[in-house]
Amino acid sequence: MTGTLTVLRAGPGVTVQDLGRPGWLEYGVSRGGAADRQALAEGAALLGQGADLAAVEMAGMGGEFQADSDLRIALTGAPMRAIIDGAAVAWNASHLLPAGARLAIGAAQSGSYGYLHVGGGIQTPEHLGARSAHLAAGIGTLLAEGDGLQTGPDSGRTTGLGLAADDRFEGGTVRVVASLQTALFPEAELKRFEQTAFHRGARGNRMGVALECNGEGFRPEAARTVVSEVITPGDIQVAGDGTPYVLLSECQTTGGYPRIGTVVPSDLPRLAQATAGAALQFRFIALEEAAALEQAEAERRERLRSLCVPLVRDPRTIPNLLSYQLISGAIAGEDDVLEELR
Amino acid sequence: MAEVSAATLVPEIRTVGVDGMLVSFGSRLSEPANRAALAFRAALAQESWDGVEEVSTSLVSAYVRFDLRHLDHAGLRARLGALLAQRDWYAAELPGQRRLWRIPAVFGTELAPQLPQAAEAAGMTEAEAVASLSAARVRVQTIGFAPGQPYLGELPEAWDIPRQSQLTTRIPEGALAVAIRQLVLFSVAAPTGWMHAGQTAVRLFRPDAQEPFLLRPGDEVQFTPVTPEELQGLRRDPLGGAKAEDLS
Repeated sequence: MTGTLTVLRAGPGVTVQDLGRPGWLEYGVSRGGAADRQALAEGAALLGQGADLAAVEMAGMGGEFQADSDLRIALTGAPMRAIIDGAAVAWNASHLLPAGARLAIGAAQSGSYGYLHVGGGIQTPEHLGARSAHLAAGIGTLLAEGDGLQTGPDSGRTTGLGLAADDRFEGGTVRVVASLQTALFPEAELKRFEQTAFHRGARGNRMGVALECNGEGFRPEAARTVVSEVITPGDIQVAGDGTPYVLLSECQTTGGYPRIGTVVPSDLPRLAQATAGAALQFRFIALEEAAALEQAEAERRERLRSLCVPLVRDPRTIPNLLSYQLISGAIAGEDDVLEELR
Repeated sequence: MAEVSAATLVPEIRTVGVDGMLVSFGSRLSEPANRAALAFRAALAQESWDGVEEVSTSLVSAYVRFDLRHLDHAGLRARLGALLAQRDWYAAELPGQRRLWRIPAVFGTELAPQLPQAAEAAGMTEAEAVASLSAARVRVQTIGFAPGQPYLGELPEAWDIPRQSQLTTRIPEGALAVAIRQLVLFSVAAPTGWMHAGQTAVRLFRPDAQEPFLLRPGDEVQFTPVTPEELQGLRRDPLGGAKAEDLS
């Protein structure tokens, strides 16, 4: 059964995102898609559905939502305070959003991008084969009050599952590989880049984030001009003033500034989720190690479903325990309640 | 830009991030390197190796993104090397299905205010500059930076003029800007260091159209001078009066 999720209120950076639209690089459109692809995989695992389905991405601040029929939801990415009809619900978990109930999602408590997934996925119209908004390319729009989002048919029933919280929301060490222009930088500059304690700058969006540090900027060998070359998400571009920028999902497709390295895909969510001021450090790893890492990450994503566990709560902390028991067996969400109490 | 002879150019294979490889046909833009990149990209598409996810070109290179579960770096590098060795790519024909586009443009006036500056930099009168820019048949060397936005070249040597160090804060959609023997036709309003010498009414990217992108790499373009009044009339046409002729 399909339904509609209505946006009652939206923060300033709320969009529909999926895995993006590969294949248009040649026409100047970067792949785009969710800033934190790991969060998409987690939401899909919690709802037992494909990771290619679209979800709502919320930059820094959530919004308020209402469904016209019972809807399974999952909340992943940057933890945000979430409330369904006055009752707080767990982050990194799946829940039942009953028809007409109000889901209020507040500001991120850590990290930058939170995600609201729905059973069956968000089914807004596709543009160039994907549903992702790519605002830099003029595809799609920011979600706003009154928008109605079609949700797809949902064959799943389970809710009340949770995934262990991840530590990717507070900055940290990010692994990089040498890329096509790394050799333009002297060895000493590469070493200094690894040793530098960076923090994420205030400038940052889905296209990229600035890296700031107390020391000097980074310089390629003198007087080297480079021909404009292909850019991929994760590339660390060094601007004319020596400031490195990490390019994210909605980056431009070509660029003339030299790139000192590329963040490995599995660490890109950590970079994208870092908030302004978060401490970041970079470590070069060998290409073979990075390739093995990607294989391992792909396998881990496939196993994510098996890592989802029923939300376990201390019965004393459930304020409306009595109402659960009273309605047990009488509503569609029966299984979920039993799992929650197990 | 100096003339580059194909004899001095040697292709180079480099990795791009964790899951990409780049075959570069030169370290700077030249006609043979651009031609080789376009031809090699077309050959890659034809090969359609298992595990290759996407191919594209930049000015002098062909890019391959691949799935690490189906291809490894050594294997892909060997295949690319073997394909490179099959022929002299610098002597390759341009890809098929190319078109010649004639796009109406206003040169100068308040619609393209930097024509005088650009003409002076190229050592021409304004009339000579318009004659030169509208006579040139330029090729889409690559599309990039913004959706559907072409880099067009190569212009006669006189147009080897530098980009401005001071950025123009905003150049409108459809603007035709010149520098370093190239023209850029802007698909979105943007800040730029290129000089705004012409203005068209063409829309290069229409996300919901049957064919969302007007131009393909390898297409040729010639700009036909029109008056501001004529351009105003063409604004009702999403193609801005652009007409295509098949070259293949």
